[in-house]
Amino acid sequence: MKIGVRLAGEGGQGLILAGMILAEAAAVEEGKNTVMTQSYGPESRGGASKAEVIISDSDIDYPKVQNPDVLLVMSQEAYDKYSPDLREGGILLYDSSSVKALNPKPSVKCVGVPLTELAKKEVGRALVANIVALGSLNELSSLVSHEALTKAVLGRVPRGTEEMNLKALEVGRRAVGHCGK
Amino acid sequence: MSKFLSYFRVKHLPHIWCPGCGHGTVVGALVRAIDKVGLKKEKTVIVSGIGCSSRAPGYLDFDTLHTTHGRALAFATGVKLSRPELNVIVITGDGDLAAIGGNHLIHAARRNIDITTVCFNNSIYGMTSGQYSPLTPLGSYATTSPYGSLDRPFDLSALVAAAGAPYVGRATTYHVTLLIDLIAEALTIKGFSFVEAITQCPTYFGRKNKMGDAVRMLDYFKENSVNVKALDRLPPEERENKIVIGRLMKKEAPEYAESYLDLVDRLRSQGGDGR
Amino acid sequence: MSGRVRLLQGNEACVEGALRAGLKFYAGYPITPSTEIAELLAERLPKAGGVFIQMEDEIGSIAAVIGASLAGLKSMTATSGPGFSLMQENIGYAAMAEVPCVIVNVQRMGPSTGLPTSPAQGDVMQARWGCHGDHPVVVLCPSSVEETFHLTISAFDISEALRIPVILLSDEVIAHMRERVVLPEGDIPVRSRPRPTVPPEEYLPYDSSFGDVPPMASFGDGYRFHVTGLSHDESGFPVGPGKTTGCLMKRLLGKVESRRKDLVNLSEEYTDDAEILVFSYGSPARSALRAVRLAREEGIKAGFLKTSTLWPFPSEELAERARKARFIIVPEMNSGQIRGEVERSLRWDIPVIPVGRLDGELMTPSEVLSAIREAAGRV
Repeated sequence: MKIGVRLAGEGGQGLILAGMILAEAAAVEEGKNTVMTQSYGPESRGGASKAEVIISDSDIDYPKVQNPDVLLVMSQEAYDKYSPDLREGGILLYDSSSVKALNPKPSVKCVGVPLTELAKKEVGRALVANIVALGSLNELSSLVSHEALTKAVLGRVPRGTEEMNLKALEVGRRAVGHCGK
Repeated sequence: MSKFLSYFRVKHLPHIWCPGCGHGTVVGALVRAIDKVGLKKEKTVIVSGIGCSSRAPGYLDFDTLHTTHGRALAFATGVKLSRPELNVIVITGDGDLAAIGGNHLIHAARRNIDITTVCFNNSIYGMTSGQYSPLTPLGSYATTSPYGSLDRPFDLSALVAAAGAPYVGRATTYHVTLLIDLIAEALTIKGFSFVEAITQCPTYFGRKNKMGDAVRMLDYFKENSVNVKALDRLPPEERENKIVIGRLMKKEAPEYAESYLDLVDRLRSQGGDGR
Repeated sequence: MSGRVRLLQGNEACVEGALRAGLKFYAGYPITPSTEIAELLAERLPKAGGVFIQMEDEIGSIAAVIGASLAGLKSMTATSGPGFSLMQENIGYAAMAEVPCVIVNVQRMGPSTGLPTSPAQGDVMQARWGCHGDHPVVVLCPSSVEETFHLTISAFDISEALRIPVILLSDEVIAHMRERVVLPEGDIPVRSRPRPTVPPEEYLPYDSSFGDVPPMASFGDGYRFHVTGLSHDESGFPVGPGKTTGCLMKRLLGKVESRRKDLVNLSEEYTDDAEILVFSYGSPARSALRAVRLAREEGIKAGFLKTSTLWPFPSEELAERARKARFIIVPEMNSGQIRGEVERSLRWDIPVIPVGRLDGELMTPSEVLSAIREAAGRV
């Protein structure tokens, strides 16, 4: 088994952190071969941002994801740019608060969740949209166990924000059901 | 002399310096200062860059490090931080220190690391046979300033003081007693201490600028120097072009290696051993 | 292998390896994409009783590293292209004065400022020949995060044992990607520089009667020795042209050359019956391995070679493995710097097909695969 995941959006949305949490859940908690790469512009905020994670039972040679099995997009630009790369039969999760998923590939399972809105309204901070996204993404694609993901979130988020982030994870998880899993 | 000879690697003498060169005088002042404050040979490292003066460590019986051009202070920083208990002395020239090594100089002064730097300032690149340096006086002749130098020189002592050094002094090879006293005091300072030793290069600077032989150049130092303590008594128009000698700066400032050791102690007492 | 499982960046693995190897002094200057190494060591070294200092530039950084090593500490700096260029003079000093030190160069696309956050392998010749004059140097080149950990430890081991500068030549892909790494438990043996066994008055810092790596005292230990970048004799004092200088140069270069076989580190997969070999190093090795696997799925007899020691170059070992091959493909993110070495090693007997990439992107498996397919059509 080998799954390629791409998380894309804008700088400042916490996608690199989301990628790290997912990779850590797979590598450290589940002991799977894992590679994560990232790319971003010179600016710390704004600009395009992208993280890629490969989770595999066997060794991983080429570390980048060319045709993701699972794609998360949190900006329209990322949707337009990356949705054509998605593998046939892949899973696409988009932040319906800001992204319009026009003409997705017919074989793709395309799910919109208002990730940023949920983060704001249900958790109280737009900042945790990345964790909401992780909750939804993992519920859709079962990349890692829920326990592994929870542990990895707790291991990476700043002290004092654990409760908020766990809530975000749960909000994301439940949202997928509502949005017609 | 025999007492001071013990600081030299006698078998590596005679030195490479020209007849009449002032560098021997400055090295003589340095070993007298070392003797005066009682530095142990085993616990003293002398570091130099490239140039005539930078050959001096080879003649001195300490741990000695002859580095690359301009970089003596950076090498010395590594030595001092690794073994803070050692006395670290840098011997350097005006080209080595003020031109190619200028950045390391201001940063060593700013950081206030416990190194004593003695700059042998003969206003010329001697080893490469007489090019002007950043300390060559305006209008002076050199092989690369055949029409007189257009380059304004640094007041190097003022620069080092402005960069934060807690101790700065200047003397000439004529004022040997003062030079010894200044270097000795510099050696006792905890922090970056700097002594600018004005020295004669009769072979290149003297000849190019028709200053005569070494004795005439020493006379020039004598006649054109004024101690900083007497500077106020001179009318302003007479202060120009004077070599201001004496202790130019002395103040307290936290020393870098000590601050670093304090940090290590603080972190270790908190039980951190690196994760 | 038992050990602690971590998800680490290449630069983090470098820090873990350096600390395990006994690093006690780091001096550096901020530069992308190596900066994480400095940031982590700024946090870790003081806690471990070591020294971290941010110098005013890269020239000062390598100078401080050499000074620290002479004072007895295992020392390192890390940088990238522009900073590596600035360090060259003092790397030569370390080679001439035989001062152990490790220099990490995380390659980015150049020349000049180039693409600061993008990978390249344009420094492989500079790593070997960047400073003036003939000099010994060992260059290690990781192609994974875990290998970065192990090669960093090897870099210290070789540097200390041979009293030479060792360069760890990483690249932006390896430095920034995160991978699952198993950090081994327990001690990892790392050699230390040979120490003098004679009393100070008999000590000669470059005494070759103890072998080609002379015992090294530390400043402040009472040996009162002289170190210079000038050509010198066994006592460390300057000499002119002639026999002594000739012997010195011969010994310096011989330290690496005579240990070539121990230093070479060539790995292989699918080579038994391979007609087309892909010879790679650094991050493109990952693309090359994928390409070889894809080629095998297509029934092409492709094989994979990867060198982790770039210098000394594994000429004999490559020639030995290439005996049955019809083509050698050399993927590299430069304009063919190692290709020439490969051709030279094979004495131009086997066609060498370069696959270059110069745009700041990691080479893709399909680029290598196309070259393999093309060669297969000619087999």
